[in-house]
Amino acid sequence: VTLGFAFDLTVCAMLLFLAWRSISVQSLFAGVVLYVVFGVVLALAWLRLGAVDVALAEAAIGAGMTGVLLLGALGEIARASAERRRREGPP
Amino acid sequence: MNAPPAQRLMAAALSLLFGGGVAWVVLQLPAESTGLATLAYEALPRSGVSNPVTAVLLNYRSYDTLLETGVLLLALCGVWSLCRDEDWGGMPGAAARLLDGGPQLPAFVRVIAPAGVLVGGYLLWAGSHAPGGAFQAGTVLAATAALLLLGRLALPPSTGSIGARAVVVAGFVAFFGAGLLFMAGPRAFLEYPPALAKPLIVTIETVLTISIAATLALLIAGPPSAPPPPAGHGR
Repeated sequence: VTLGFAFDLTVCAMLLFLAWRSISVQSLFAGVVLYVVFGVVLALAWLRLGAVDVALAEAAIGAGMTGVLLLGALGEIARASAERRRREGPP
Repeated sequence: MNAPPAQRLMAAALSLLFGGGVAWVVLQLPAESTGLATLAYEALPRSGVSNPVTAVLLNYRSYDTLLETGVLLLALCGVWSLCRDEDWGGMPGAAARLLDGGPQLPAFVRVIAPAGVLVGGYLLWAGSHAPGGAFQAGTVLAATAALLLLGRLALPPSTGSIGARAVVVAGFVAFFGAGLLFMAGPRAFLEYPPALAKPLIVTIETVLTISIAATLALLIAGPPSAPPPPAGHGR
């Protein structure tokens, strides 16, 4: 077993684990963070396949941009629910 | 979350079936496929660039890339239309609300922003001969702009401003225009004369980079959240 094969196997295992955790984790924030890490590891996988252009796009758009947009949506959800609680008063 | 066990079992079975099907199809693919790679390499000298990926994106299959930039524009229209009626044309404020950090973020952004601009510019130029190109460069520049917004070192433009809207649509218009420009005679839409291919592609990519950067940064900035300044205030 070569070092490269062991590395590839580790990347595949990490991808499966991160994909599973990012949708199964309870906290939405942790889910977004795991998704961003998933994107970075996926970019690493594309790099190992020799697709540098795809790796760049995945890291920049898949992990970076989508992550920021998801965090923004998360902040908006928190703000909206806090506003609703304030308007409706304590239960 | 707490679906009945029968439903969960069925979902698991369907997922397994679908996942297994996809895995089976992938395993059926030939291990060594020449595909269109030889064709792409053969036409490379006439494409105007030496990076085969850029040749596919900006020359052979530029129609797909043109439509992608259109989709990005529609996405921005979708985000903007989420605002309240009275805020239409106003300034986006979601990004500024996102973080209420201390002085560390602005200090960090001051250091990192020039590097972001440099890397973005390099990726744009590198696209013609090495991995890189308009989308990657635009994303790096957009991330830099987002950092400037988050660090409150810059304000997003008002979404009603003609200048901001012109920058956002410039990429699509330039791309479409270049496609129309040389349509005379036997040439099809988006077919460039080989002699002019390189300057055309570099020009399109440059304008596209700026438009993509502005569009992505405005997507992050979010829908307008404050009413626009009253009319006659001067734009």
